[in-house]
Amino acid sequence: MRRLICCIWISLSVLLPSLLWAGGEKTSTLVVVADTRRVSSGILRYFADLYNTDPWMFAVWAVVLTAVYGAFLGVVMDFIMTRTGLDLKSRKLIEH
Amino acid sequence: MEWLYLYMPIAGVNIFWPGLVLIGFSVGTIGGFFGMGGAWMVTPGLNILGFPMAFAIGTDMAHIAGKSMISTMRHAKFGNVDYKLGLIMLIGTMGGIEVGAQMVMHFERLGNVGPVVRWTYVIFLALIVWMVFYDYSKARKKKSTHAAEGERGVEGVTWYKTLHRINIPPMMHFKVAGITCSMWLPILVSFLTGVLAGFLGIGGGLFRMPALIYLIGAPTHVAVGTDLFEVMISGLYGAFTYSLKGRIELVAVFVMLTGAAIGAQIGTVATKYAKGYGIRVAFGMAVVACMVSIILKQFKFDDPAAVIILGAIGLLCLYIIAILWNGAKQELREKKLALSSGTTPQHPE
Repeated sequence: MRRLICCIWISLSVLLPSLLWAGGEKTSTLVVVADTRRVSSGILRYFADLYNTDPWMFAVWAVVLTAVYGAFLGVVMDFIMTRTGLDLKSRKLIEH
Repeated sequence: MEWLYLYMPIAGVNIFWPGLVLIGFSVGTIGGFFGMGGAWMVTPGLNILGFPMAFAIGTDMAHIAGKSMISTMRHAKFGNVDYKLGLIMLIGTMGGIEVGAQMVMHFERLGNVGPVVRWTYVIFLALIVWMVFYDYSKARKKKSTHAAEGERGVEGVTWYKTLHRINIPPMMHFKVAGITCSMWLPILVSFLTGVLAGFLGIGGGLFRMPALIYLIGAPTHVAVGTDLFEVMISGLYGAFTYSLKGRIELVAVFVMLTGAAIGAQIGTVATKYAKGYGIRVAFGMAVVACMVSIILKQFKFDDPAAVIILGAIGLLCLYIIAILWNGAKQELREKKLALSSGTTPQHPE
């Protein structure tokens, strides 16, 4: 239940700025067309096409993939670091 | 040597990808150690690689979100992340950023936004530098006179103690940070740092980390971890809005994130072997480099500005890696000695 409340809180905190009346456009939309003729890879072509045709879906994918890749790398690096034999779960809080 | 260049499908350019990995690694190391995103470090690096500046901020924002996620995961295992404090501060940060952005648009309409933003940035950076080194000199003086130590050892500046006496309900206890204060204190502090961040067009970690230490009273290591948690969330929001406006190069994000994954671990684990004031003083040096670079850019010395920033990044990375190397070496040596003598290994100080 606590985790659910935490997730809802985080989601609201991310969405809140777009709902604020004071919020305005900080940066203008860039009009660029990705040249898909030079893209041979299937997946890169898909994302280049998405960038050209559906900015909303592209933005969603960008955030989701960044978060997923970040979490994946975090887990992998955690695994590698634990193999070093260092204690990675505790530290002393010494200021001076 | 063609394999060293990667085609960016959206930007339509070939970029030297090891450079992107190196930028990600450096920013990951420094960001993980100081608890900030590091956008001010990324832009000169991307500029030198020939990365189109139209995509630089959005790409950087997404990469910072991912990198901060990795650092937060590591800091959380150390017990350095106060989620309650971070979430409360998000309210103020997000509101502040929007107000700051509106202020900068107002100045844009007046037609004098550039110099105002830059000199405001310089003034606040100078304030942070003064605060950090004044705090350090005060702490050293107290230590040399064998002054009574608080629960965290000798501290210089303790403005947060005065602010904690403000008794506006609801009063909240933040367990990980070990502080009890009015809920409005972190909200107000994060709102003010958010206004600055929105006005200056930066993430805000540069201001929020010292604010967490000096105004809210979080221990340095908890300030670093909690700030990274906030940077992660605000970075994801920034990545979304910049993606919506077509200002992101996803391939570059993933390449930089790969380098940042290694750097973030190094920077974060190095905090274990650094004392709070070591982190604060190094942070002060980083802010000095940033301030000097902005002053040089204001007077159109762009190349020397880039040299200062990149030089500072290089030196800071080496410093952090040295801290990790020496600390880890000592810990493993003590562990080995303890195992061979049959006693429980002590945590290194």
